[in-house]
Amino acid sequence: MFDDLRDLYQEVILDHGRKPRNFRRLDGPDLSARGDNPMCGDRMELFLDMEGDRIADVAFQGKGCAISMASASLMTETVKGKTPDEARGMAARFREMAITGTCPDCGGALEDEMDRLQALSGVHEFPSRVKCATLAWHTLNTALSGGKEASSE
Amino acid sequence: MDGTLRPALDVQRVRQDFPILSTKVHGKPLVFLDSGASAQKPRVVLDAMLRMMETSYANVHRGAYHLSEASTAAYEAAREAVARFLNAGDAREVIFTANSTAAINLVAHSYGRGVMRPGQAVVVSEMEHHANFVPWQMLSQAHGIELRICNVLDSGELDMADLEAKITDGKVGLVAVTHMSNVLGTVTPAARIAALAHAHGAKVLFDGSQAVVHRRVDVRALEADFYVFTGHKLYGPTGIGVLWGRMSLLDEMPPFMGGGDMISEVTREGFKPAPVPAKFEAGTPAIVEAVGLHAAIDYVTSIGMEAIEAHERSLVDHAMAKLSAIEDLTVIGRAQDRGGVFSFALGNAHAHDLSTLLDRVGIAVRAGRHCAEPLHVRIGHDSTCRASFGMYTTHEEVDFLAEALNSARRFFT
Repeated sequence: MFDDLRDLYQEVILDHGRKPRNFRRLDGPDLSARGDNPMCGDRMELFLDMEGDRIADVAFQGKGCAISMASASLMTETVKGKTPDEARGMAARFREMAITGTCPDCGGALEDEMDRLQALSGVHEFPSRVKCATLAWHTLNTALSGGKEASSE
Repeated sequence: MDGTLRPALDVQRVRQDFPILSTKVHGKPLVFLDSGASAQKPRVVLDAMLRMMETSYANVHRGAYHLSEASTAAYEAAREAVARFLNAGDAREVIFTANSTAAINLVAHSYGRGVMRPGQAVVVSEMEHHANFVPWQMLSQAHGIELRICNVLDSGELDMADLEAKITDGKVGLVAVTHMSNVLGTVTPAARIAALAHAHGAKVLFDGSQAVVHRRVDVRALEADFYVFTGHKLYGPTGIGVLWGRMSLLDEMPPFMGGGDMISEVTREGFKPAPVPAKFEAGTPAIVEAVGLHAAIDYVTSIGMEAIEAHERSLVDHAMAKLSAIEDLTVIGRAQDRGGVFSFALGNAHAHDLSTLLDRVGIAVRAGRHCAEPLHVRIGHDSTCRASFGMYTTHEEVDFLAEALNSARRFFT
């Protein structure tokens, strides 16, 4: 009945949605921020530990739809070990991908990471769901710049 | 039995009166199950509004020229129609507002700040829509009025014992509760609530936004003091709502908004308010929308409130049986007396994922907290999906919803 929704709900998304990775709190994290989608009730808390110029550990907790949980889960897997600048660059590219479905800048150094995130590009066909996918990345940007509260636009 | 047989509602004929119901969504026939948020409009409503603008539109209560008189007559005829619809004793007790929210805010400002005294209390329930919650929180903060919140039982019914306990100290000036929950479908025992309120010296306001669509409402039989509803859920246009209030209360209340039409005299030193209802209708009102609401009321009345209620009772029983048979599905609210509003949760599937799936096969449901955040905390769900029925909803649509939910359950597990 819902076969044509498999582009949006790919198996990797359903899997990460059901069993989000890095779904835990960090004790005394170096950085943390809360993300909130007031319209639909998605809520998350993101924790980061830094080591020198790298994201050493990243974890999250929260509640939300499969898209928002899967996006947060995949994000934690892909930004671990990256510098804040690299992570911000990924956030910008991910946003572009979620809104337009394509990502002209996704080649190059971070190609493998962006490839993994490609699974979420199906949301661009569902304008009301784009913010579910981008919430985690907004929260990451907020945490990296020292903020505490992020809200998806 | 009075011996008269009312014709049952012919749902296929009714559906032909609603142009939008023949649209397709993603190539599938529209299954519109979000009438609780806003109902679709029959052609007679659209026609009445267009005809009014084409033939007899001008501002009301103004010039002595023909068009203004025709427009005024149409606007005031709408007021009479609302009065008959609610069985009000006097059409002047009908105040036109923008919607239920505006009507409740009017009471919270005018009655709450103008008549109630600091130290008094207002009682609402846990199952209120934010429209009947936040205005009282604002009153509480601004005017020293205590806000008391009556519990809802696990069944989704109002805890009448708790209501009584919260009202007996004589401090309560107003009980403001829903007549039918927009989340649980619960129809509250309005006449009992009014009797209880009055026994303890309190007035009572009913939020009838959902109830008027599904039941015959008689404000005098209920012994209500205030009753509010909105046009767009009653198959009418947006932008028009109703506050009905007892004349003795409306007379006593100060104006809410100031402007044209609400005064009988203005000088440099001050103003004298107009009598009810003009006192509460500052500015050019929603004239065309009032005419649309009149047409909607005529339409609903011609179908017959009893026939609509019987059709919906049958749908509710059918939906309860169908939804209850779905594995992992929880229907929120099991009140004995309920209308055609079903909120549900399906296993671990999130309401937003579920509504995206249902939309793909043409089914429109609402997902989220349905403007009732305190209630969602009470029932322990972050968000739910809600299917709500109108007079045009069919048993086959309910079957299709159940089939789609079964499919969705498999999709997410």
